[in-house]
Order: sequence, then C-alpha cells, then structure tokens
Amino acid sequence: MTLRRFWGTALATQLEYQLNALVELVAMVANLAGSLLVLWLFYRQGVALGGWSWHAAQVVLGAYTALSGFTSTLLQPNLSRIVTQVQEGGLDFVLLKPVDSQFWLSLRTFSLAGLPELVVGLGLMLWAALQERGELPPHALFATAVMLGAAAMILYTLWFALATTTIWFVKTWNATEVLRAALSAGRYPVSAYPPALRLLFTLVLPVAFLTTVPAQVLLGRSSGFWIGASLAMAALAFALCRAFWQFALRSYTSASS
Amino acid sequence: MDQLAAVRRSWQRYRVLWSVQLAYMAEYRAEIVLWALSGVLPFVMLALWRQAAVPAAGFDAAGLGRYFLSAFVVRQFSVVWVVWQFEEDALQGRLSPYLLQPMHPFWRYVAAHQAEQATRLPFVLLIITGFFLLQPASFAWPGPPRLALGVLAVGLAFTLNFLMQSLIACLCFWSERASALERLLMIPTLFLSGLVAPLQTFPPGLRQLALATPFPYLIGFPAQLLAGGSFGPEQPFQLPLSLMVMVGWILLLLPPLRLLWRAGVRRYSAMGA
Repeated sequence: MTLRRFWGTALATQLEYQLNALVELVAMVANLAGSLLVLWLFYRQGVALGGWSWHAAQVVLGAYTALSGFTSTLLQPNLSRIVTQVQEGGLDFVLLKPVDSQFWLSLRTFSLAGLPELVVGLGLMLWAALQERGELPPHALFATAVMLGAAAMILYTLWFALATTTIWFVKTWNATEVLRAALSAGRYPVSAYPPALRLLFTLVLPVAFLTTVPAQVLLGRSSGFWIGASLAMAALAFALCRAFWQFALRSYTSASS
Repeated sequence: MDQLAAVRRSWQRYRVLWSVQLAYMAEYRAEIVLWALSGVLPFVMLALWRQAAVPAAGFDAAGLGRYFLSAFVVRQFSVVWVVWQFEEDALQGRLSPYLLQPMHPFWRYVAAHQAEQATRLPFVLLIITGFFLLQPASFAWPGPPRLALGVLAVGLAFTLNFLMQSLIACLCFWSERASALERLLMIPTLFLSGLVAPLQTFPPGLRQLALATPFPYLIGFPAQLLAGGSFGPEQPFQLPLSLMVMVGWILLLLPPLRLLWRAGVRRYSAMGA
C-alpha cells in the first residue's frame, strides 16, 4: 500500500537522530508536568474550572495532549513542507504524480516524535475518566474514538487551509505559530472561559470540538446534539478545505514557469 | 583618550549594524506581526483567571488585567531567537566571514534583536491601546519612576535571556542540533516565569524553587513593575533586591559564555572551516 511505503522511508530517516528522540521525550514529560501544574494552581484554591472537577479537567488536558501528539506526528512534518514545495517549485512534480495531490501532501511522511505524546495523552484521558466515573463502558470508548477522529479531522483542515494559503502568500508559515498558540486554549474546558470567548472557541476557532466534546463524551456527559454537531463540523470542514485546495490550485502558477 | 575613541568607534559600528538590521526587519514586518500575535497566551490565561474569580493572591480584576497585559508586553521585548539564527549561520558557514570582522559576532545578533523589537513597537502599542479601550477599568498610569524602572527591568530581562540562549547557541559548535536543547529551556521559561500564572498564586515551596532560578525574572518581575503592585517582604519580588538579583545572574553567566565561546571557536577553526 502507498502509505506503508511513504512511512517506511520516513522511519528510516528518523532513526538517524536518536539524541533528538530523547530530547523530545524529556520535553514531552516536562510539558505535561507543567500543564498539570498550571491546572493544579487553579484547583488547589478550590476553583472548579467551568464547573469541571479535577479529574474531569484532566480528561480535557489528555485530549489536548493526544491531539498535540497527532499534530507533531502527521500535520507538522507534512504541511511544513508545502511551503518549501511552493517556494522551490517542487509542487509541480507533486501535481504530476498519479496520486491525489492533497493526499500526497498531507500524508507523505510522519514523525516518531509525536507518538509518545499521543499515547500518553490517550492514557491520561482514560485514567482520569476512570477516576472520575469509576467505569468505562465500551460504548463510551467507541463514541470517544469517533469524536477524537472528528477532532483530528477538524484540526487537520485548520492546518491544511493555512498551508494552502502559501500558494498566494509564500510566507504564511508563521501563521501556524499563531494557530498553535490560539489552540493552546484547548487545554482547559471551554466552559471555563467568559461567554464571548466560549462562542469564539465553538464557532470560529472550534477548540470546543477538539478537546471539550471528546472529554464530555468519555465522561458520559454529552448529549447526542454535540456528537452530531461535531461530526457535521468535521464533514463541513473537510469539504471546505478540499474545495479551498482545488480553488488554490487553479490560481497556482508554478515557480518555474 | 584612545580608549574613548575606541568606544566611540564601536558605538558607531553598532549603530550602523542596527540600522542595517532595522531596514532588513522592516521588510518582514508582516511576519513579525504574526510572531508577535503568537504571544497571545497571557490573554488566554487572563480570561481563565478572571472567570475563575479567585482573588488570585492579592490581585483584583483590574490588577490581574494589567499583570497579564504587562506579561505580554515584557515577552514581546525579551523574546530571543539567537539559537536558530546562529545554528543556521554556523551550519551554512556564514559564520566564517563574521569571525574575521573586528567585532564580536554576537553584537550582530544583538543588533538584529533590537531592530526587531523596534519593528514590534508600533504593533505592541496598538495592542496596549486596544486592551485599555476594551477594558478601561484596568487602566492605571504607572508614573515616570516606575515606568523607567520597568523599562530597565525589561532591558535586563532581555539581556539575561539573551545570555542564556547564547550559551545554548555556543553548543552549536559541538552538536548540529542545539536548537533541540532550546526547546527544553523553553519549558521552564513558559511555566515558571509567571507568563501563565503570577508567582503569587504558586504555593510557597514552589515559589521559592522558582525564585532560585533566573526564569521568574524574565517575565514576572518586569511585569509586576509595569503593572503596579506591592513589593512587600511577603511578596515574591522586592524592589532593589530583585534588580540586583538580575544583575547577579547576568554577571554569573558572562564568564562561562566567554569560555564556551573561545573553546567553540577553537574547535570551529580546527575543522578547517
């Protein structure tokens, strides 16, 4: 299969840098410890962020960590290359390949660096949910997996749409730093924010669907409405992002012509 | 007399270097605005702390607003990216001509940082104005002495951060990926500096631990000066003392940096580059 060949070569390159992997691992542990520390600074004063208990808030943090791992595993390594592809004209060759260009650009490589974060994030979600509920019914696990899939899809469309804009403005890659910073709001349940920001984080920058909704589903506190809304959001976002890429390609004039 | 002339010559060189870098940075203003925008974290944290409605250890709502706005401003003027620049220059061999110039190559990076800060200034002023227009209750004029001390503290914070990052940059002589270590330094800078939570909200043990490191002086102390607030004995920072601690850290970092630089340059030339 195509993906296996893509990722086999990626793996071979990365095993060259073992020290890097160690640094990444330490950075991940320290980052998670720091996030838990900040969360604890609220709860030790008896504040329940948006009415969420200590363990429930940890489920949200777990979802954030898992998605952050997903970003470093797939989104960051692939989409950061679009910029160089456009600048140096490599995109021409991608367009000539008998593979869908969006598929190639989005999944060509992957990075091991994000995998521990992904695993630890999922682990934290499950552990904290177990502490909170005392049980984890299979249907909740299944629904959470679906919701995390939808979240990953929404996250992907945000990144891909940003990467697409490099076709017009070559230097927009810094905008991903802004996106990263804004998405870090997803470390905390969306109801912990003031109403205006809550609206912003649900409709404009859908942080709510990324972390809060999966956490709610895992904790068995979500209504069918939010599950439906999340799936609809993911489908809509993907359709828009696909249309945007095709629109962008129409105005692409290659670097060499 | 000779020494005076030498100082004047260096100053002139630095000014030329700075204006060249400023022209360069002005070309990239859109990018710099994006970098500046990526510092929104204090505002997100402000929303959380406000909504949590705890009297966060001596802060009222207005004071909390001023603290996080100041933290944003301090971060804007103390951000350092010398590791990335130096890594690129060292790997691509651009460092060799710089070493021949009659000036320490790091002055070039200092000039680049200061030119970038000048480019950021209008944008930061815009954010400050917008913030106070949205939240007029938070406004309070710090007064000239406090403002002057605040600017001095921001300058010291930049110097301190620049020295710490330069130490890591020097490791580029030994490792091709020193920037990975910069990521490790970023983590305590994020969590212990007071960028996400004022040091007053830390439990006493953790606060002492944080204050034993240079990190709280990078954001927390200058932000406290600009935002106003008490510097009493039970507070994390005391007024003349904290400034002296900053100077102390700077003096402590200078000798190892010189040693590391010398050893690194010797190694660099040994490679025949």
